[in-house]
Amino acid sequence: MKEHNSPIETEKKEWQKQQSKNRAKTILTIFSPVCLLLIWEFLSQSGLIDARFFPPPTSIVSTFFTLLISGELFAHINISLFRIFLGFLLGVIPAIIIGLCMGLYAPVRHFVSPIIMALMPIPTLALLPIILIIFGIGEVSKVVTIAGSVFFPVVINTVAGVISIEKIYLDVAKNYGAGRKDFFLKIALPGALPVMLEGIQMGQAIALLTIVAAEMMGARSGIGYLIWTSYSAFLLKEMFVGLILISFFGYLFSLVLRGLQKKLLPWR
Amino acid sequence: MDQSSKISIRELTKVFYKKQHSVTAIEKISLEIKEGEFVCLVGPSGCGKTTLLRILAGLETQSTGDFTIQQSKKDRPSQSMVFQEKGILPWLTVEENVAFGLAMRHLPKAFVKERTSYFLNKVGLEKFANMYPKELSGGMKQRVSIARAFANDPEILLMDEPFGALDEQNKYILQEELLSIWSETKKTVLFITHSIDEALYLSDRVLLMSAQPGRIIAQMKLDLPRPRKLEDLRSDPKMAEKFLEIWQHLQSEVQGSRK
Repeated sequence: MKEHNSPIETEKKEWQKQQSKNRAKTILTIFSPVCLLLIWEFLSQSGLIDARFFPPPTSIVSTFFTLLISGELFAHINISLFRIFLGFLLGVIPAIIIGLCMGLYAPVRHFVSPIIMALMPIPTLALLPIILIIFGIGEVSKVVTIAGSVFFPVVINTVAGVISIEKIYLDVAKNYGAGRKDFFLKIALPGALPVMLEGIQMGQAIALLTIVAAEMMGARSGIGYLIWTSYSAFLLKEMFVGLILISFFGYLFSLVLRGLQKKLLPWR
Repeated sequence: MDQSSKISIRELTKVFYKKQHSVTAIEKISLEIKEGEFVCLVGPSGCGKTTLLRILAGLETQSTGDFTIQQSKKDRPSQSMVFQEKGILPWLTVEENVAFGLAMRHLPKAFVKERTSYFLNKVGLEKFANMYPKELSGGMKQRVSIARAFANDPEILLMDEPFGALDEQNKYILQEELLSIWSETKKTVLFITHSIDEALYLSDRVLLMSAQPGRIIAQMKLDLPRPRKLEDLRSDPKMAEKFLEIWQHLQSEVQGSRK
């Protein structure tokens, strides 16, 4: 029986219970990676797993600082980020333009989409030898590889985004006399943006995968190169530093894009 | 053609054709609407009234027949439509939505701003100018839609069941507001509804449409003086009679289309 409590009291208790449950969830989320690292540290230190293959996290951290102070790490990060950034733009911008055209104009869509469908399943990395032959071992080949792999998810999502725009909005634009340019910029672009950004998010993840592999195969610098050479020389701590950097940047990029999404889509 | 006609429609027919199967949505509709007249088109759902409006709005092309909308000023758009719910663009703010037609015509910014704020004020949404539609109620969204159409200052206004999705109370309030804005501008309006009450309250003339194929089967002049009050309409026995008359017409149409 709850007759002694006022209804507000009862609900307040309920609310507090809910709040503490939410807090517990946050703690679990923070705790899980910490927990993983602690177990790793313990297993590695105690010799239960081979410390040569899985060096304890604390030693990886100290290697990280050594590399950072020597300036070597900075150079690798710099060049990788430069390649990712340039390749990303070079892939995303044409993908958006082509995607919007395909979405808006059915003839363009019907002409271009078989080409895209045929090219999409080919991993850009499988084309790396050809790209290296054409563009050489310099920066261009890496940038092109990333652009190529980012292009597809973005173009496909942009087309899907335009097609998903509700027909009534197109009617409104037509009825109020929107010209071709306004139709493109005021209707198709904002209308497709939510789905398009999902594609860009996907592209970002693919760009990271691609840069590491591309730098392993055809580069003399970058995070991928660091991972590969460290592995070849059996410097596993250095290799782990590279891996963790990739994981960190992947997380950072998706946070940045989420933030951008909120900024660009205030109307959602 | 009658000289004072704002809209003249001559034998307009629309057939939808798909896989050797054709549906006649509207058949040989002829109609004259006078300058400044508020006309309601009432009919059972699926009778083609929206098709007729969409043809006039340039969103659909007729199969045969034609129509003219008399142009009084050269740079005035011939028509603007108030759509059913969801007709405002979610990625534009309330203000940008109201300004949409003017912006699409690339009119001077200061002029657009002034006109937009005038009509925002008219529909009581000036405080919501910078909000996005997701934050608005259904009634507020339709106010935006109405303000957008009036701000565009077209020759005629087309309204496609703009209050169909609203609750009773909101509907009455918006009908009254619509009449008050309309009485200032005296635009020619063609308004579609399936509500007999709405048609009686708003219009100078009610047109009744038959079920498929859509034809205009009867019309009725309404001379209740303006400004009208909903209370007067309800207490007027003549209006009750008209309601019944329309109801009987429509009833037989709806029943007919069920067989």
